[in-house]
Amino acid sequence: MPGVLFFGFFAVVPMGLAFYLSFTSWDGLGDPKPVGLANWQKLIEDDRMVQSLWLTVLLTAVSWAFQTVIALLLGVWAAGRQRNRAVLSAIFFVPFLLSSTAIALLFYALLDPNFGIIQQNILGSSSGAFLAIVFVGGWQFIPFHTLIYQGGARQIPEVLYQAAAIDGAGRYRQFFSITLPQLRHTITTSTVLMVVGSLTYFETVLILTKGGPGTDTAILPYLMYEAGFKSYDFGYASAIASFLVLVATVLSLILVRLTGFGGMRSTREGM
Amino acid sequence: MSHDTLPRPRPRPVKAGKSPAGPPPAGRARRHWTKRANPVAGLGSLLWLVVVIIPIYAMISASLTGQDKALTGNPLSPPTDPTLDNYNTVLHSGFGHLLANTVIVAVAVVGIVLALCVPLAYVAVRTRDRWSGMAFRLFLLGVAIPAQAVVVPLYLLIAKLDLYDSLLAVILPTAAFAMPVSVLVLVGTLRDVSEELYEAMALDGASPQRMLFQLAVPMAKGGISTVVIYAALQAWNGFLFPLIFTQSDEPRVLTLGLFNYVSQFGVNIPALLASVVLSGVPIFAVYLVARRALVGGLMGVGGK
Repeated sequence: MPGVLFFGFFAVVPMGLAFYLSFTSWDGLGDPKPVGLANWQKLIEDDRMVQSLWLTVLLTAVSWAFQTVIALLLGVWAAGRQRNRAVLSAIFFVPFLLSSTAIALLFYALLDPNFGIIQQNILGSSSGAFLAIVFVGGWQFIPFHTLIYQGGARQIPEVLYQAAAIDGAGRYRQFFSITLPQLRHTITTSTVLMVVGSLTYFETVLILTKGGPGTDTAILPYLMYEAGFKSYDFGYASAIASFLVLVATVLSLILVRLTGFGGMRSTREGM
Repeated sequence: MSHDTLPRPRPRPVKAGKSPAGPPPAGRARRHWTKRANPVAGLGSLLWLVVVIIPIYAMISASLTGQDKALTGNPLSPPTDPTLDNYNTVLHSGFGHLLANTVIVAVAVVGIVLALCVPLAYVAVRTRDRWSGMAFRLFLLGVAIPAQAVVVPLYLLIAKLDLYDSLLAVILPTAAFAMPVSVLVLVGTLRDVSEELYEAMALDGASPQRMLFQLAVPMAKGGISTVVIYAALQAWNGFLFPLIFTQSDEPRVLTLGLFNYVSQFGVNIPALLASVVLSGVPIFAVYLVARRALVGGLMGVGGK
């Protein structure tokens, strides 16, 4: 299976290599020199690291809440078939067509205190910069998740709604008793993608805030980038990266367990 | 996957004037789902429409404004003196080259992903031994490996392979990281091909290769188009790998080019926004042509 080899070479081997490099000191030139646990010790003692981990988790959680609520509601709404809904859904989708870089640049310009829509230095305050990153990420990815929920909502059998209506359940009752439970697999799929995806806010951070003000938006991937490709301390960068893999793996194992995603079941089961 | 995009039967019209009181007619729920307006949801979606449109509008309007006027006017007012100068500036700073590179990367990534993932998913579905199960689990885990986490050792690998600062240095890792989701999507669709069809073909003496190309591939068309779209978007969107694995102008792709415009144009925000608009034009054109396939395919990603 050449596919497994290819994937192994470019994704799995580097992961092992990252772990190895975390025990060395390497400036990007020459050969890595083993230094034992020095990088890991530095990692544990680094205050920025604690702040960064907290920021990463907070950013993921806040983005998840923001995007899930809006995407779920929009998706369920758009699942109905109506002319104006189709047109609106097409417009909603447009932000997703721009690359993260383009979107970050767009908001970089629009949030510019001299030029922008809001004549205030939002990116200069730490909570403002944080919320800007949450908002920009949502602006880009909500269309995609809306689409996922729209697909999920269309697969809910209408018989359920008819039965509920006969039993006298109102619209909100139907939403909470039928739509939400029926969408639980869609919610987990979308959540997995959001959790992994929130790590790609790297571009947004790099362009919008450069981790600032100070280090107030320096999420883990950004910290790793700075340590490696700005300070040329690749050993330390690898320690941060290994830590990141650890966090991501634990998260994904929990999610796979919770969803039974790995059970090789038919996707049509239970429909 | 593909069944998402199939047209649904139209709801039967409910006869008016029948049983106005008493239990609601059976058609009511259906109407709620398809026809009756929900004012709260309608208002909410209009609100989001405003959130989506204002930045796009401000971007286009500002990109048509001369640089001298950009800092004085309100970005929400329409440009008084529309000009295409900004677009001219951008197009004359190597935009075509960036676009061509990005297209090459996208096509190559899609090619590699398809060539590797279709047989892989086929084997994962058709064989039940320990190895294929383990390979499948490897890809499941792979969904969660953030590209950022392996970028340092990849940098080492790319340098040792003598690929640094070439398009291949961008293409290969991008393809590898598009594989996990692609395998999952393909396994999802191939699973739904019924076992009897394979048995029938086997009885006719078809080889495994023939079964793959004449049965599995045509049946998994929906999944394959999803994968094409997904891989192409990954390549289109890629920023980290080009940022770290390339350096010179020669292999530069669009996202990185945009990033460099920040320093190149400095405070010339209208030109910066013109470059953002231009970067969106090609994919917007694809969207207009292939909207159904694109939207249907992406809907399939979550249709699990």
